[in-house]
Amino acid sequence: MSAFNFHAVMAIYRNEMLRFFQTVGQSIASPVVSTALYFVVFGAAIGSRIESIDGVSYGSFIVPGMMILSILTQSISNASFGIFFPKFTGTMYELLSAPVSAFEIVLGFVGAAVTKSVILGVIILITAYCFVDLDIQHPFVMTLFFLLTCIAFCLFGFIIGLWATNFERLQVIPMLVVTPLVFLGGSFYSIDMLPPLWRTVSLFNPVLYLVSGFRWSFFGTADVDIVTSLVAIAAFLALCMGVVVLIFRTGYNLRQ
Amino acid sequence: MPAICIERLNKVYDNGFVALRDVSLSIEPGEIFALLGPNGAGKTTLIGSVCGLVRPSSGSITVQGWDAHKHYKQARRCVGLVPQELHLGAFDKVINTVRFSRGLAGLPPDAEYIDQVLRDMFLYDKRHGKVMMLSGGMKRRLLIAKALSHKPDILFLDEPTAGVDVDLRKAMWQQIELLRERGVTIVLTTHYIEEAEAMADRVGIINEGKLILVQRKLELMRKLGKHQLRITLSRPLPSMPPELAEHDVKRSEDGAVLTVNYNAEHQPGAVQAILDCMHKLRLSVADISSKRSSLEEIFVSLLNHEGRQ
Repeated sequence: MSAFNFHAVMAIYRNEMLRFFQTVGQSIASPVVSTALYFVVFGAAIGSRIESIDGVSYGSFIVPGMMILSILTQSISNASFGIFFPKFTGTMYELLSAPVSAFEIVLGFVGAAVTKSVILGVIILITAYCFVDLDIQHPFVMTLFFLLTCIAFCLFGFIIGLWATNFERLQVIPMLVVTPLVFLGGSFYSIDMLPPLWRTVSLFNPVLYLVSGFRWSFFGTADVDIVTSLVAIAAFLALCMGVVVLIFRTGYNLRQ
Repeated sequence: MPAICIERLNKVYDNGFVALRDVSLSIEPGEIFALLGPNGAGKTTLIGSVCGLVRPSSGSITVQGWDAHKHYKQARRCVGLVPQELHLGAFDKVINTVRFSRGLAGLPPDAEYIDQVLRDMFLYDKRHGKVMMLSGGMKRRLLIAKALSHKPDILFLDEPTAGVDVDLRKAMWQQIELLRERGVTIVLTTHYIEEAEAMADRVGIINEGKLILVQRKLELMRKLGKHQLRITLSRPLPSMPPELAEHDVKRSEDGAVLTVNYNAEHQPGAVQAILDCMHKLRLSVADISSKRSSLEEIFVSLLNHEGRQ
């Protein structure tokens, strides 16, 4: 077994972070502006006419859902683009001919994507504090959930980036699958507000477990038991890891 | 120990295309090896197999004694690859992209060495510029700088001078010669046979995935190269004397020029015999010239011969 190639991991990580800071406006300002808009529209304008949910004001109630929405979208987008870009430009040859293992490549790309998502999540949380009163009841669980979600969805994004052979494929899952699941996963409402049938249907939406668990860490109340939520995110993380290992073993869409 | 040892390498792509057929090849340390072949012959697949871009269907490859599959990290650490296409991140800074390549190879940053590589490739002044601002020739040199960023023992150059103007091509040949002087083993594929003729120590000819010949360049040219002797006479010959016809001499239509093809290796006394014969026939010579067939002509005749078989 060969020694761990630390310098390669750092080279990939630095390169990815450099790209992030080169496009700081697009990377940070745009999600912050859209979050602020959600607060203005849902929190202030519509939220003022909605009574509190489980004793939490509507403006505060939507913070975890909004964070999950941004983290999921940005994690998938950053990680998928990170690995798709070298494929698109042809610079992938350099990674494949370098003395780098699949694990080191994943660590570099996903590590950078997770860092970007964490930076973004923290900025969104700070933005939220500017609009609503927040008192995080379980900060440790919140941090754990936050990190697990970032890692799992960055891995998911990485898989999409490896699978994608063009820009359309790169966008299709985030746009047509993930975003609807997040919106229908209780990001802006509690499933208790739904009719019984749709409440049952919602339980099949995996994102519900993320939003619910994250919301529990903020307010101590949730649609689903916190342990179930933790198991769900851990299982998704393990599944993504398995798929990444399989892709590199078979060389799918990478080596001829 | 050879720098590269390839044994019975085969590659069949998923679509059934056979790119390599039982290729065996050994490349010695410090030599310049030119791999020649028409488009689609398997040159890039062969290079890709050694560098890790292509998964061989069967066979084995060792690089500096390391198995390219089992000990891929050690093997790839010895290799630098300059691809055929100008694959570069357009928005990256020149110096960052070279640093990135060095990092990938597992080496810590070395600002002094990176500066030196950029100077060698005449890119030092452009080091803080974006890649997209470079000309085509500069981009090609940047690819070489990236490949050299970790001081590889073996450098693969896949069509290194494709699309490069004549002056720059000659400058790159000099750079390659300098690398050889430093002990770097160089494997290059090229469409410019002139390039192989100018630089290579040994030549391999590949066609339809089969390595049809591997030989020292000079030996190849001596063995398979033909010479043509052209004699301009002071007075035209009305007809071909039978004594000269015995030596396979051809007469031009106007009778002013005699030509003969011969192989210096196999017919060492051929020219002397013809000149002696002309002397006996009292033929007066106005001019005499000799032309050696180029590597390109040998290459084309070998491929034609292969095609007929």
